[in-house]
Amino acid sequence: MISLQHYLALGAILFAIGVVGVLTRRNAILILMAIELMLNGVNITLIAFARHAGNLTGQIFVLFIITVAAAEAAVGLALVIALFRGRDTLNVDEIHLLKW
Amino acid sequence: MELTLPIPNLRAIMPELVMTFWACLVLVVDVLISKERKTWVGYLALVGTLVTMAFTLPLLGTRTSTFSNMFLVDGVALFFKFIFLLATALVILVSLRYLDIEGVNLGEYYAMILFATLGMMIMAAGNELITIYLSLELMVISTYVLCGFIRRDRRSTEAAVKYFLLGIFTSAILLYGMALLYGLTGTTNLTEIGRALQAKNLGANPALLLAMIFLAAGLGFKVAAVPFHMYVPDVYEGSPTPIAAFISVGPKAAGFAVLARLFLVSLPAIRPQWGTLLWVLCVMTMTLGNLVAMKQSNIKRMLAYSSIAHAGYVLIGLVVANEIGLASVVLYMFVYAFMNIGAFSMVILMCKRGDRGERIEDFRGLARSHPWAAIAFLVFFLSLAGIPPTGGFIGKFYLFSAAIQANYVWLAVIGVANSALSVYYYFRVTMLMYMSDPSGEIRLTLSPSLVFALAVMVIGTLAIGLYPSPLIAAARASMAPIFGP
Repeated sequence: MISLQHYLALGAILFAIGVVGVLTRRNAILILMAIELMLNGVNITLIAFARHAGNLTGQIFVLFIITVAAAEAAVGLALVIALFRGRDTLNVDEIHLLKW
Repeated sequence: MELTLPIPNLRAIMPELVMTFWACLVLVVDVLISKERKTWVGYLALVGTLVTMAFTLPLLGTRTSTFSNMFLVDGVALFFKFIFLLATALVILVSLRYLDIEGVNLGEYYAMILFATLGMMIMAAGNELITIYLSLELMVISTYVLCGFIRRDRRSTEAAVKYFLLGIFTSAILLYGMALLYGLTGTTNLTEIGRALQAKNLGANPALLLAMIFLAAGLGFKVAAVPFHMYVPDVYEGSPTPIAAFISVGPKAAGFAVLARLFLVSLPAIRPQWGTLLWVLCVMTMTLGNLVAMKQSNIKRMLAYSSIAHAGYVLIGLVVANEIGLASVVLYMFVYAFMNIGAFSMVILMCKRGDRGERIEDFRGLARSHPWAAIAFLVFFLSLAGIPPTGGFIGKFYLFSAAIQANYVWLAVIGVANSALSVYYYFRVTMLMYMSDPSGEIRLTLSPSLVFALAVMVIGTLAIGLYPSPLIAAARASMAPIFGP
């Protein structure tokens, strides 16, 4: 029997993997992907809670999060392209014209 | 089954509807207008903010909600909306010439500013987690684009990428906090969350504390509180100067609005815990901001650290979190809009094609060649340092006295000590302007709109300092419905 706790644990683990990815990866696109993973952790948590609470608000929230994540990815990839054109690297450690 | 379609009270969201319409209008007009006349798009956007202000005025004094209590019209929301619209109008005025100089005179710029403002307006009025999240994203996604607006400048792109990566990272953390809050209560309405938490008497439930910390982290990023401030100096330095001014005021104020509403309405059950958390954030933010600002040689980085310090002062009001405390928060943000956009506008005044004029050394001897510009800068610095007779003094005075009245004496002492520290770096620039000889000829980039905006900001800063009572009364009146009977 898969209970609420299992789903919450899955969501938390996904979220944690995403956080670790953001902190350890140095490529801007991989960081972006790690953040998407965090968002999916949140989505699973929200849907599990929605099922538990017996209302649909959580699921609606998830739909909005997915939409916003798509918008963010569009802006983010555009920025990454602009960055790559300017200096031929996506390594965030080499992006230091401004003191980080 | 009969389906009834509820018709929401549209009068309550009239300012937002007008702003949405106007932002789309700007986007369309931009396509139709020739490349040399893009400045007109800027004026159109300016008119948009004024029209929105006109539609906000009749709502003053009302207190309603619409869209099943998702969207509130109350004093706090309206006061914040005026701050946003004012800041937007000033930023558009100081942008008009700047975009020409940087060679990016494109109409989308103004549409993005209006969309960001729309996001802030809904943030201040949102009473529901999904509404708050969506409006917050509308605001930040627009500002990501604006930060990277000078595409040929690698620093601008870099600033945008940094802001973007850290911004969506903290948004994800904020969302996890919201998800936990929803899980604990089964609702996303702030008022009902508060009621459910009181009823369940969860107390110091670890999940609730985790949610509180995540929410504080996500919003702490938006208001630039230490330790979520790392992006601030880089982003302010790299992005176009008017945008640095914009994000130092708008998203910060919107962040404070949400932070206050979320913590006061939804989490009164754990008031001592978040009080302590904000106390620590507040002291760290003030102290670190001021200490690091002293060592800067770039004026935009200095102003960035100074804006971090100012976020710390405003947090005092949230720690106190009573009627006077929150009234001083909105009062301070109002003054701050004038003085901080003013200080950034001085940097725009120094900027020329190919030279951003943002070294502190560039201001050497400014008073000899341009006494009026030097006086304007002096007024903004006096105000930022909190010295009478300027608005900054009134703002700080109310914040610190609110802390003392609520028995947070140490907080007030640390705040005053920090203000004294800040005098050092503001006056370092002032000394350079007044006491040294210019190292070369200083040429200012003057344009009618920039001079007009500067005049408005100087007069505004001084007027609030000399005759503060109407503003104070308005700030207190805006809080009354929350704390009153």
